Amino acid sequence: MRDLSLHLMDIAQNAIAAGADCITVSLTASGYPRELTFEITDNGKGMAQDFLNQVTDPFTTTRQTRDVGLGLPLLKQSCELTGGRLEISSRQGYGTAVKAVYMLDSIDRIPVGDIAGTLVMLIMSHSDISWICRLKSPADTFELSTQEIIQVLNGVSIVEKDVLIWIQNTIQEGIKQVFGGVLDEVT
Amino acid sequence: MKSLKELEAIRNKALSEINIREKENKTRIIVGMATCGIAAGAKPVMSAFVEEINKRNLQDVSVSMTGCIGICRFEPVAEVLEADGSRTTYVKLDAEKARRIVAEHIVNKKPVIEFTIGAAEK
Repeated sequence: MRDLSLHLMDIAQNAIAAGADCITVSLTASGYPRELTFEITDNGKGMAQDFLNQVTDPFTTTRQTRDVGLGLPLLKQSCELTGGRLEISSRQGYGTAVKAVYMLDSIDRIPVGDIAGTLVMLIMSHSDISWICRLKSPADTFELSTQEIIQVLNGVSIVEKDVLIWIQNTIQEGIKQVFGGVLDEVT
Repeated sequence: MKSLKELEAIRNKALSEINIREKENKTRIIVGMATCGIAAGAKPVMSAFVEEINKRNLQDVSVSMTGCIGICRFEPVAEVLEADGSRTTYVKLDAEKARRIVAEHIVNKKPVIEFTIGAAEK
């Protein structure tokens, strides 16, 4: 996948398929060591230890249409190419956390891509799920929660066109505030 | 969040719009967004559907995503499900084709046969 937002789109579907009703997406740029950490945590059904041990194997999947699941293997390859690592923790009945650590300055690090647009598509398609977006860097932090937005909207649907546009613009601004000057691809 | 006031304004505007649209969407467009779809470029396809629908202010159409349908080599794939139960499967899409589908199928009720799975399988 050519950028992080595509991995986000991909891995978030795992959380959705696990029946999560609360999914947190976080992107953190840290200073020492210089890493970019992308994390998706959910409160879905989680994975049994046996399955978890094999989950990054392309031939391990819950899919019925195919015997191959490439989402996690691709993410693993993507971060490891930069010298980073993939950490997955899960507990059956509680949820799962997928954490991909990229070495920030690696020439092979993929750019963050259109995080705002992807989140809006996910929110639009799955508005019954509570989404939280957290961005953090040494420069600034940003957080957006669909639960809070729904409270403010007080009866107006979160999938209203103008609301979705507002969410996209707000997250986009958050990305600039937090990662501008920290990540080369964010101006 | 700084611009919560803007959100409140959006809320008020939406409430004042007296035509309370029943979210009884007559037509649904479902875009395949599994790993195969994403890698093949389904994200811009979904964006194009949403933008075109917004641009034309179409009220009774919704766009959402789904997982793997099992026809990975045909991705990006989108299905148009209409109120009368008819279902059209479009394959090998891109943003341009998505826009055409909105114009010809959604607005003018004429499915774009050349983009359907039937045409692709020949």
